[in-house]
Amino acid sequence: MSYHNPPTTPRKSATFDDYAISEIRRAASTGIYDIRGGGSKRKVPHFDDLLFLGASISRYPLEGYRERCDTSVVLGSRHAKKPIELKIPITIAGMSFGSLSGPAKEALGRGATLAGTSTTTGDGGMTEEERGHSKTLVYQYLPSRYGMNPRDLRRADAIEVVVGQGAKPGGGGMLLGQKISDRVAEMRTLPKGIDQRSACRHPDWTGPDDLEIKILELREITDWEKPIYVKVGGARPYYDTALAVKAGADVVVLDGMQGGTAATQEVFIEHVGQPTLACIRPAVQALQDLGMHRKVQLIVSGGIRNGADVAKALALGVDAVSIGTAALVALGDNDPRWEADYNALGTTAGAYDDWHEGKDPAGITTQDPELMKRVDPIVAGRRLANYLKVMTLEAQTIARACGKNHLHNLEPEDLCSLSIEAAAMAGVPLAGTNWVPGQGGF
Amino acid sequence: MNISNVATAPSREVSFARRVFDLGKNSLRELNQALHNLAPGSNETAWEVLNPKGSHSVAVGVDQPVSIDVRGSVGYYCAGMNDGGTITVHGSAGPGVGENMMSGQIVVKGDASQYAGATGRGGLLVIEGNASSRCGISMKGIDIVVRGNIGHMSAFMAQSGNLVVLGDAGDALGDSIYEAGLFVRGKVKSLGADCIKKEMRPEHIALLQDLLDRAGIKDAKPEEFSRYGSARTLYNFNIDNADAY
Repeated sequence: MSYHNPPTTPRKSATFDDYAISEIRRAASTGIYDIRGGGSKRKVPHFDDLLFLGASISRYPLEGYRERCDTSVVLGSRHAKKPIELKIPITIAGMSFGSLSGPAKEALGRGATLAGTSTTTGDGGMTEEERGHSKTLVYQYLPSRYGMNPRDLRRADAIEVVVGQGAKPGGGGMLLGQKISDRVAEMRTLPKGIDQRSACRHPDWTGPDDLEIKILELREITDWEKPIYVKVGGARPYYDTALAVKAGADVVVLDGMQGGTAATQEVFIEHVGQPTLACIRPAVQALQDLGMHRKVQLIVSGGIRNGADVAKALALGVDAVSIGTAALVALGDNDPRWEADYNALGTTAGAYDDWHEGKDPAGITTQDPELMKRVDPIVAGRRLANYLKVMTLEAQTIARACGKNHLHNLEPEDLCSLSIEAAAMAGVPLAGTNWVPGQGGF
Repeated sequence: MNISNVATAPSREVSFARRVFDLGKNSLRELNQALHNLAPGSNETAWEVLNPKGSHSVAVGVDQPVSIDVRGSVGYYCAGMNDGGTITVHGSAGPGVGENMMSGQIVVKGDASQYAGATGRGGLLVIEGNASSRCGISMKGIDIVVRGNIGHMSAFMAQSGNLVVLGDAGDALGDSIYEAGLFVRGKVKSLGADCIKKEMRPEHIALLQDLLDRAGIKDAKPEEFSRYGSARTLYNFNIDNADAY
């Protein structure tokens, strides 16, 4: 009697999975690393690993929809004559004109203003669309200095000195030539059609002592009226926060690994920086060690999606959060109604990330006049406002359940963790225990 | 080379009494606020700053066509973002003099430290002494004339405008340059990536003569300069240029 030997089941390598193999093939074929937008796509410890404890007997909850839970936040109260007052602790992160279309920038302004919060410019300078429709506008002072001028500096409500970005701490950007319209080229003082490189470091200062003097210059130019934010990528949050405070920042903006970007190398996005969750407690600790917690405000960004994320970030000690990718989705990016167009680009709704190619079917990350028409700034702005308000309501609901009459009264004691990793990163106990792994050092 | 610190740049004619700020008595904030309080058409067009003693951010954010004489040396970012003012530093300037200037004129009678004229978008910066490293870094339309030498990495990623150097240039001049024009009369220690020597055509002679005239320089001829600019090989990514990145 003979036995049939069945073939071994085909087994793909966990190391060389389909994606890794496709990347090797693509690199061999094109001779360029993958540049894309969006943010990190790998799964890393995140806010989902934390849970709120809520109130029972040991804590006393507030009545939902009846007892007030305040959401306001003041940013820039340390030095600025005119601090910013926002109704909600959720701001719109810097996203450049050039990367985004004019209608998309207008929609961000409309939506943020309806919800009572601020928008932020980006690498392309200030546009009339955004200034005209944003009640509160933060003007980014970037290493590239594209479009930088004192007139717009004075038209801003706050200035954000961008030192780093969560998707690429230490890295610059690349806006490919096909996306450079006449207007974008003019704003950036560069020829049309060439790849526009955004520098990774400021050309005229080289360290924290210089930054302090640079901030002084910006304050003098704006007569000490505007809050000065300093934005850093989430890599060494304790020391970067401490040095930003030392340099005189009114507000520290900390952008974690899941932060978005318009165009950066895939390897950078996925392999540089720390998860947002891991960045918060060291940054808060730095502020507490300096006696500056709540005096210098902390804004955290990178992968914020819903009111639970907002509440958790605030409970860990931040003053406000900022959203970028989520705001684009709220406007209508990666919407399934453009599925056929996404398919034609070799992708699918929800996975489109080639922001730099200028072909965004949703008309948001493009300069194509026909595609741009797909964004109705009024409708898209309304969608963003709805989303921001829903997030706020969600955060309030959680805060009330924890017995808090202001979102800022949430605290680490309101949280536990589902995993050892997240417990260590966030500095909260593993659920069911009083164990906080890794406590005592960064 | 020998550098003359003799004032040669033209000064602005004024007809009203000078307003004097002594930084030994008045604060920097008072000076800058007073400058920013000027309304368009103000008669207070002549200003003098005494005892700067290396102060940072002297006369930053000027946005009216005033004339300011700073009597002494200044620290960082003097005349930063100047937009229409004529500012003369009768001494040396620290890092970032005239950074992001929009328009107007800045004259430094002595030497300038790092990143003079960085990211400047317009106007004329004249340095009658030497400039240190990164002079004209990331310049975006400003014209810079340096009577002496400039240091390494000058005009790095320079986008537009012109950098004129009567002396020598240090290492990596014009690295990753875009469309700025570089004119050097002396030696260039080395050129940066994508920066090459270019032909001096009649239009460049005319451009250079105009810049020299505006800087008040009469003892140099355009024909004595070499022109440098972008080879434009790095304008669009190509893996075959990987060695340059």
